[in-house]
Amino acid sequence: MTTTSTIIPVAIPTALRAQVDGQSQLEIPGDSVKAVLESINTQYPDLGKRLFKTEGELNRFINIYVNDEDIRFLDNLDTAAKAGDELAIVPAIAGG
Amino acid sequence: MEMEPAMSYVKSLKSRESGQEYPIEPRTVCDIDFSPVEVAYDYKAMQGNVTRQSIEAGPLSLWRYKDLLPIEGEPKAGLHSGWTPLVKADKLAAELGVKELYIKDDSANYPSFSYKDRVVSVAITKAIEFGFDTVGCASTGNLAHSVAAHAAAAGLHTFVMVPHDLEAGKMVGMSVFGPKVVRIAGNYDDVNRLCSQIADKYNWAIVNVNLRPFYTEGAKTHGFEIAEQLGWKLPQHTVLPVAGGTILPKVNKAYKEFIRLGLVDDNSPVIHGAQAQGCNPITTAIEEGEEIFRPQKPKTIAKSIAIGNPADGYYVIKDILNSGGWAASATDPEIIDAIKLLARTQGIFTEPAGGTTLACAIKLIQSGKIPKDESICVCITGNGLKTLEVMENQFQAAPVIKAKIKEFDEVIVQGNNAAATA
Repeated sequence: MTTTSTIIPVAIPTALRAQVDGQSQLEIPGDSVKAVLESINTQYPDLGKRLFKTEGELNRFINIYVNDEDIRFLDNLDTAAKAGDELAIVPAIAGG
Repeated sequence: MEMEPAMSYVKSLKSRESGQEYPIEPRTVCDIDFSPVEVAYDYKAMQGNVTRQSIEAGPLSLWRYKDLLPIEGEPKAGLHSGWTPLVKADKLAAELGVKELYIKDDSANYPSFSYKDRVVSVAITKAIEFGFDTVGCASTGNLAHSVAAHAAAAGLHTFVMVPHDLEAGKMVGMSVFGPKVVRIAGNYDDVNRLCSQIADKYNWAIVNVNLRPFYTEGAKTHGFEIAEQLGWKLPQHTVLPVAGGTILPKVNKAYKEFIRLGLVDDNSPVIHGAQAQGCNPITTAIEEGEEIFRPQKPKTIAKSIAIGNPADGYYVIKDILNSGGWAASATDPEIIDAIKLLARTQGIFTEPAGGTTLACAIKLIQSGKIPKDESICVCITGNGLKTLEVMENQFQAAPVIKAKIKEFDEVIVQGNNAAATA
């Protein structure tokens, strides 16, 4: 099978590394945040079920950033992902 | 033989959502669903041991509530923090046409003049208990000031992470203690995200990240003090600022703990939230009937509460609505007016966060959300001397006169400015 999808680096926080064999960064194909997260869900279902509350609805205790910008200021899950972009999964509960 | 009171009533860390329990350790969230973990106590064991008398016998600091705080040994920071004035604000009450009004004044907190000395006292004690030698925080200024002060006194290494554009009083206020100050090109939410990533990479005690469950418990002491200083009763209405969402749910928790222990009567206390118009995700969600807020990019003079993506926002909304409360927002000019009003009527100089809280309290009174004949406590969390910039151009410069009685008579007493010759 060949794929033309872009490969997006995804930073994984320590608390989620147990679900991805200890990796701190994944290389995941996808042309949008949604596509990348869906690929993660397929490859690492244990991680996938922590990322989503229900199908299509992100766990509200997790924030997703593309190039350090919260996707809620972009197009949420529809935010495009292109070559050179970096995605980060960061626990939402911090600060204040 | 009588049982010795337990060393600590702390049981575990417990997820607010899944209920999963964890040992007492540096930890922010539950592994299962990433929800916040909170300190759980053995309230049954407290019954009869944690009493009005036991608390009154404690020191005149926030540590008089040690039994309700998550430390194991003796306090190691903030021995003089907390126990700030609860002012019966009769002149302000008369001006607003309300019957019974109090100001809980943490602008007088020691040693860094904001409510943050409460959370930091607990967090630094906990950092030492856990054996950390380096502490840090993500801050809008007041927290960095407090962490730097307490960490200096405790002899710890310190990194404070702040937005690049803070007020001079806050920058000097934190820098004097010698921390490593990291100024970040971005707003607080950028600082906070970076701090989460730093906490993930380096084994430091970031007080509001990996020590957050302990840190936030310190905010309860603001509520405990209100209740005790009011003569062991609760105000009917409490108005609190909302930034990251730490203090509001914790004051609510404090009230509930005192009720549960029988230390105060349950008067169904109502909790209200205050935000600046330029950063009001929680007020917006409440006004629109949403249980999930939308994050914002802050734009307000109230920098200390300019957090567009509040960590505990979800719980703030829940606690406000469950208590029967509401939320309001204040514009920058309304914030300045409220700072002046508090100063003019009660002799208290607060920062824009405090101006926001009072301005919102006034709006909630005017809209009838807070009835005028019920007791009200407005929580002032920071000091105006740290944010002098916002008061620039608010006052006409006083004329300068020569040290001559004739000029004093003419310029000052008779008001003839033209006679000033200096």
